[in-house]
Amino acid sequence: MQRTWSKSGPAADLLIKGGRVVDPAAGIDAAQDVLVTKGKVTQLGKELKPGKSTRVFDARDMLVLPGFVDLHAHLRTPGREDEEDVATGSRAAAAGGYVAIFAMANTDPAVDTATILRGLIETARAEAAIPVGFFAAVTRGLAGEQLTEMGELGAAGAVGFSDDGRPLATATLTRRALQYVKVSGRFVAVHAQDDSLFTGGQMHEGRVSARLGLTGIPSLCESLDVSRTLDIAEYEDAAVHICHVSTAASLAAIERARARGVRVTAEVTPHHLTLNDEAIAALDPNFKMNPPLRAESDRKALVAALKSGLLDCVATDHAPHAAEEKDVPFEEAPFGCTGLETAFSVLYGELVASKALDLGTLVTRMSTAPARIAGFDAPSVSPGAVADLCVVDPQAQWTVSAAGLQSRSFNSPWLGHQLTAKVKLTLAAGRVAWEDLA
Amino acid sequence: MPKRDLISIEDLSRADVELILDTAESFLPVLERDIKKVPTLRGRTIINLFWEASTRTSSSFDLAAKRLSADTLALKASGSAVEKGETLKDTAITLSAYSPDIIVMRHPSAGACQTLSANTEASVINAGDGKHQHPTQCLLDLFSMRQNLGRDLHGLRVFIIGDILHSRVARSDIMGFRMLGVEVTLVAPPTLMPRGIEEMGVKVEYDLANLKDADVIYLLRIQKERIKAGANYLPSLREYSALYGISRARLRPGQRVMHPGPINRGVEIAADIADDDENLIAHQVFSGLAVRMAILYRTIVGYSDGAASGEVL
Repeated sequence: MQRTWSKSGPAADLLIKGGRVVDPAAGIDAAQDVLVTKGKVTQLGKELKPGKSTRVFDARDMLVLPGFVDLHAHLRTPGREDEEDVATGSRAAAAGGYVAIFAMANTDPAVDTATILRGLIETARAEAAIPVGFFAAVTRGLAGEQLTEMGELGAAGAVGFSDDGRPLATATLTRRALQYVKVSGRFVAVHAQDDSLFTGGQMHEGRVSARLGLTGIPSLCESLDVSRTLDIAEYEDAAVHICHVSTAASLAAIERARARGVRVTAEVTPHHLTLNDEAIAALDPNFKMNPPLRAESDRKALVAALKSGLLDCVATDHAPHAAEEKDVPFEEAPFGCTGLETAFSVLYGELVASKALDLGTLVTRMSTAPARIAGFDAPSVSPGAVADLCVVDPQAQWTVSAAGLQSRSFNSPWLGHQLTAKVKLTLAAGRVAWEDLA
Repeated sequence: MPKRDLISIEDLSRADVELILDTAESFLPVLERDIKKVPTLRGRTIINLFWEASTRTSSSFDLAAKRLSADTLALKASGSAVEKGETLKDTAITLSAYSPDIIVMRHPSAGACQTLSANTEASVINAGDGKHQHPTQCLLDLFSMRQNLGRDLHGLRVFIIGDILHSRVARSDIMGFRMLGVEVTLVAPPTLMPRGIEEMGVKVEYDLANLKDADVIYLLRIQKERIKAGANYLPSLREYSALYGISRARLRPGQRVMHPGPINRGVEIAADIADDDENLIAHQVFSGLAVRMAILYRTIVGYSDGAASGEVL
């Protein structure tokens, strides 16, 4: 069953020369040339010779990695194409080294019928720079009242189901969703949030919110719903995926559930792994997201959990917003930041360079693990595999700027900041999806 | 000279705070004359933007600017283009076309001053933004304390009592009071005490058992919204008043009561205190004028000692 789609293009013939190939799933971490022929990795070795028509990409001092997979992007189509669409979002993803992304269903209208889903699939076939797949909504209109036709949506190609942006507000709704999703053979991804603890919330509740006078979003708001969701998943023997985990208390709940054998997977965003609530002090709306940036102790716990595997994967929660929506006072700004183009650079620069995380683990969490959760073969840089890979210059310094981003929006917390490591080349589904000419 | 905003008390050093208080003191003789006006800021333009109701702050900023001979312009949300959906950014761009020196703003949202400042060459003075900051209130409170309780506030013990959670005044006061060595104790029911506030260097208490230790008792207004059904911050104003309300019977001689206004008689403050000449509430209003004159003056002329205030009067 096909669950991602992209526009067609010529299969790549390319010799990627002199790079360090890091593919933990294939057990490779070595300087190797990589020969791509007709869109497939055909050979790894030293001093490979290109054929007559084979282009050579000089990857000296660069990393050659399995391409990344994002389980959590907002592509804003249908409805808010002024913020992002499949073409710009997938190009942003390609520029970030991604070879597959999955769009959330909280569009306008929501992706809650097979008709809307099929329309998106057609759009992806026409416009997507890399394979793009789609979540469908759990409830119609994300209203939390009536389940969507998950059987038909699953058959039409939905990768999974999520009301992301909104929690499943009641235990009964969570229960019914986890029961009924089994007809589709897919999974539910939960935005965990107890709304009664969220009301009016602007940022993490703690010493910084006390100081700034912004209404706090307690860590309890998330962890309580995580705990409840996992209890229900255990009771129903259902698999569940927890979106954008942000607190140490949620990690504890996931750990307890895993120990009981609950089939739970969980993701974490680059911003929750690298920023904390102190960043809110200047009241820059680009640092306003939901879940909010948490305390430093939470951040450290998230990094440790990503390292140990308690958190399965990185997901961007790429959430583009129009400039005029973010160019307002902090308290009036919508939640969300972009992330596809900065994810690897931020995590490499902040976590790998500081030795908080090794490169192989980061690659696994950004590539192999999310692909498995989505039910795909993991991207690989080994002979026989479709070329789903990226080449990264780990020394490159670049400044995040509105003009330099492929996304239609630039509400990034790293706007104006210098990042380390830049994706220079992305091959997705055997085709050149991105080449950095800067 | 780069423009200087006053958005948070943290924008000021201790020396800046003391300079503002000294400058305010030097303006006092002006306020006692028959002709209460000096030409200091003649030809300067000061815009007052009040997107939220205000009596004390808006009137004292307006009068302060006039006492210094500046041209003033006052705008409110009602009757302005805000009602037509104009964004703050566009209002800032529009008003900046008049090249104002200072824009004073009160706004319901934290972060509004940053948005304004990013879109104007004028210096921005925060007259209250959401629950975030009200720095000029803190400065006038310090001035009233200094005028009535001695110049050195170090070691003075202030109890701030009331709705700390929703109070921008409390946050500015805590920062400014601590900066000058004032010891601060916060008293509120646990529902109105922000989690983590003790990390601002204050003591947190939930009752008035230690009230006798206070030199100054600073009361905050209890808004009726806090007892709305479903809010559950307080079961009733009656119970709040019984547990936390300040009346003469709860005070020992010499303790001074302050309140940023507007007061709720019979809730946080009993009539016998509200009507007592010993309280500093009216003095705070008076201080508001002198301190805001000083802030406008320092914002335009600069915070360096070379620009001593006396010489321009």
